[in-house]
Amino acid sequence: MVEILGLLFDGFAIALQPTNLMLIVIGCTLGLFIGSMPGLGSVNGVAILLPLTALFPPTGAIIFLAAIYYGAMYGGAVSSIMLGIPGASTAVATTFDGRPLAKLGLADKALTGAAVASFVGGTISVVLFTFFAPPLAHVALVFGSPETFALMMLAFATFIGLGGDDIFKTFFSICIGLVLSAVGLDIMSGEPRLIFGEITGFLHGINFLVLAIGIYGIGEMLWTIEENVKAGGVNMMSEATITWERTKKNLWELLGTWKTMLMGSFLGYFVGILPAAGATPGSLMAYGIGKQISKDPDTFGKGNIEGVVAPEAANNAASTGSMLPMLTLGIPGSPTTAILLGGMVLWGLEPGPRLFTDQKEFVWGLMASLYVANLAAVIINIVLIPAFIWVLKLPFTLLAPLIFVLCLIGGYAPTQDMHDVWLMLIFGIVGYLMRKLDYPLAPAVLAIVLGPLAEPALRQSLLIGNGSFAIFFTRPYSGPIMVAALLLLFLPLFNMGWKRMRARNDSAGEWQG
Amino acid sequence: MSVRVAELLMALIMAVFSAYLMWKSAELPIGWVTDEGPGGGFWPFWLSAIMLLSCVGILFNWVMRKSAPSRSMETFITMPVFLNVGVVALALAVTVFLMGWAGTYVALFAFLLFYVGVLGRHGVVSTLLIAIISPIVTFMFFEVLLSITLPKGITDPYFKPVFARVYQCPRRETFGGRMQCYINPAWK
Amino acid sequence: MKPAKLVLGLSLVAGAGLAVAPASAAWEPTKPVEFVVMAGKGGGADKAVRLMQSIISKNDLAPVPVIPVNKPGGSGAEALVYMSKSKKGDNHTLMFTLNSFYTTPLRQKGLGVNIENFTPVMRMAEDTFCLWVNSDRKDINNVDDFVKAAKAKGKDWIMAGTGKNSEDNLLTDFLNTAYGLEMKYVPYKGGGKVAKELAGNNAHSTVNNPSEQLGFFEAGATKPLACFTDERIGLFKDAPTFKEIGKDFVYYMQRTTVGAPGMSAEAAAYYQGLFKKVFESDEWQTYRKKKALQGDALSGDALMSYWKKERDVHKVMLQKMGAIK
Repeated sequence: MVEILGLLFDGFAIALQPTNLMLIVIGCTLGLFIGSMPGLGSVNGVAILLPLTALFPPTGAIIFLAAIYYGAMYGGAVSSIMLGIPGASTAVATTFDGRPLAKLGLADKALTGAAVASFVGGTISVVLFTFFAPPLAHVALVFGSPETFALMMLAFATFIGLGGDDIFKTFFSICIGLVLSAVGLDIMSGEPRLIFGEITGFLHGINFLVLAIGIYGIGEMLWTIEENVKAGGVNMMSEATITWERTKKNLWELLGTWKTMLMGSFLGYFVGILPAAGATPGSLMAYGIGKQISKDPDTFGKGNIEGVVAPEAANNAASTGSMLPMLTLGIPGSPTTAILLGGMVLWGLEPGPRLFTDQKEFVWGLMASLYVANLAAVIINIVLIPAFIWVLKLPFTLLAPLIFVLCLIGGYAPTQDMHDVWLMLIFGIVGYLMRKLDYPLAPAVLAIVLGPLAEPALRQSLLIGNGSFAIFFTRPYSGPIMVAALLLLFLPLFNMGWKRMRARNDSAGEWQG
Repeated sequence: MSVRVAELLMALIMAVFSAYLMWKSAELPIGWVTDEGPGGGFWPFWLSAIMLLSCVGILFNWVMRKSAPSRSMETFITMPVFLNVGVVALALAVTVFLMGWAGTYVALFAFLLFYVGVLGRHGVVSTLLIAIISPIVTFMFFEVLLSITLPKGITDPYFKPVFARVYQCPRRETFGGRMQCYINPAWK
Repeated sequence: MKPAKLVLGLSLVAGAGLAVAPASAAWEPTKPVEFVVMAGKGGGADKAVRLMQSIISKNDLAPVPVIPVNKPGGSGAEALVYMSKSKKGDNHTLMFTLNSFYTTPLRQKGLGVNIENFTPVMRMAEDTFCLWVNSDRKDINNVDDFVKAAKAKGKDWIMAGTGKNSEDNLLTDFLNTAYGLEMKYVPYKGGGKVAKELAGNNAHSTVNNPSEQLGFFEAGATKPLACFTDERIGLFKDAPTFKEIGKDFVYYMQRTTVGAPGMSAEAAAYYQGLFKKVFESDEWQTYRKKKALQGDALSGDALMSYWKKERDVHKVMLQKMGAIK
């Protein structure tokens, strides 16, 4: 343990050298810009800059990549809050309350909250990583398909309460997301499926971003245009200001959310180390649980700062956590760590259980750079908040076309296929019409993210268990997770039914009275 | 058209769509396949079935006038909203078409010109500035910095000299050196 | 940042008109080269492509950048259709292929893809396959032990692999017929995941590439029993080949760079030269050694006849499996 601390300390010393510090600042700023573009996330930043890193010595390269990684993670929150468009799947949950806060004129509060929570999450996860990496690597190793499916059930259960009041529309939304996630190649049977009209563009499936940018980007903007028309055409994206006084007040209020931050950080880290999905399920679950433990759950989704803090703490903690299966098992938990894995091959490092013993300097150097990058990202982010606020103050007729441009390019960038841009436009228009009829659409976006993880896990488990659902309950890890998921799933349903009955009785009483 | 009618129409369209998804999913086996477990259509088929059931539920609520939209007799889309939103949606569709046919940069230029100048009624100078600068910044950010190629359609040949100019600078040069090279053609 | 970009952009536009193409005879790419990967981000093929990309940019082998584009849809069907329909005759598009280059057009005739139309550039390596079990299984030390244990379990013996009708599936079917087994084949997404399922004891055996199991093997978590190669692999001296133990079955996976169909001869010659340099680079040779890759550089007509031969071999294998008629 002393040795680890020593190595970590050496890592800090290297990361804090002037040239490396400069790399961190450049990397974070660049990452912040890339991450705040809808459609581009840390995966693009890391992938595209990887060849550039061949120009630096390995230590510098790792530091640079870590900085881009963190910068992009923070950037994702920026576009979620300011534009309401999640730049990456990890930032979906941040839009739920970040965007309403911005609309209330509290963008500065949401941005500060996101930055501080990310920092707390990152710090806690680095500490956890330092002390508990090897035993947790074992948990990640035995985590198989039944466990993955149980975890997905748990994730669904935590956000079942996020839909609107209309239970049928919520179910419809979840299911359409899950079905759309099945488009493309079925890896289990190797057959293409749901290729509508035999168009080849459907062969690669429907990227989560196509639906997310369609609904949150195009759909949201059309919705805003309608609101402007109704308000007489003098609306802006939001009226935000930032002053030193406000910032002090915001920071003070953030102190009050420490419980949510801690919950998000621990949850995010432990979900992140599982080789299932990386940071996305962790941040979604943190949002769901944050709502359930909140004193004020009814304001969630309408602009509660806890709804920004929980997922942001979780997704940063989880992205550090997802380094664990990547380093020890060679299993990337997210596309970004997959690219980092490629980078390690470039530098001649072999990920695997022995990496922690054979390449100590690399592992702890990476952890130290992640930490320093995290610190740099929070500072840069807070410094830039006034600039973001200034952008929000641009007249709507300037901001709107620029956001549409970002959406169009963002829809194209992930798959580089015009087919997806058309699809995004259709999703946007249909989503706008559905939203006018109170269909909750967030569940569809979450479902299209989790569907590709849940489906193969379910089918693999059933195949291994010869078609019996017993397999989910008889294994040591999946059993408890599954039971917890079912409890969580049925509790709100039961509650909802109970409330409705009470409400009916009450109104019946009023009627009679 | 009132919101109530729109609610009915949407539920009916989505019910038909769900049924179509069920039919489409059934192209692959939807039940147990020997030695392979649940077939490829299993997951989408049964979820589409739940979608269809949900639509039945929505229709039931409509008949019973339980949900808010099924009670509202307001106009679903008023004329001013239809005109404003419709124009933007149409402009977007034209832009997407232009992206594929005439290239991203032409499409963005035209879209910005229309939105900022015609819809936004900004001055000629600021409109032109935005319409010209945005595509250039896009090009620099995506194609030069991030190496993501955007569609160019029929304008593709015109980018040859631009790329020749960009890649005349050695890739292995440091960031600063490359920037100098980009700005000053005589740099060596 | 912004003003700098503006100046840059404007001067670029100004410079564009003045730029004159270099008056050299040899063909050279004039815009970024798209390098299509038939598989998703983070897989073995993707890592190899990104390694080649960085070799090219680090050593300044090409005047333009090479940009990887992942098109993993439909076991490579998406990439193949993209290359043969949208990029026909394009001199700036390459593709990195696996064995799905043969199997996908065979299984999906409707795609209308004929691999003979593609432009051969360079075979960069051939990956190998071995039969792996978890090291906890002290009772399994050779193929005979394996057959005995798998027979005893019957249909409950789980063989993890990468997708239906994939290379892993072909090899599993071979083992089932050759040794009279009934192993249950469970497909996963990606070889890394498969390797992890074995190390975590969620599967009984796998037929991974050595590169995918290397980390676990070095940590002593998994062990190879035998390999589907002509000769023993240097890293695993103790594992015999299937040839040695009486089952003549040798199977490799190509890792080849392919040009778009109808590419001009000059462009093809250029890329062949470029990838020869990549192949000979220290980085690529080190990578080959570390990942236990085999197969020499192969290009031009020799590569084309190799494709034809391999396609016929795969046709017979798929027919035996019942995947095609």
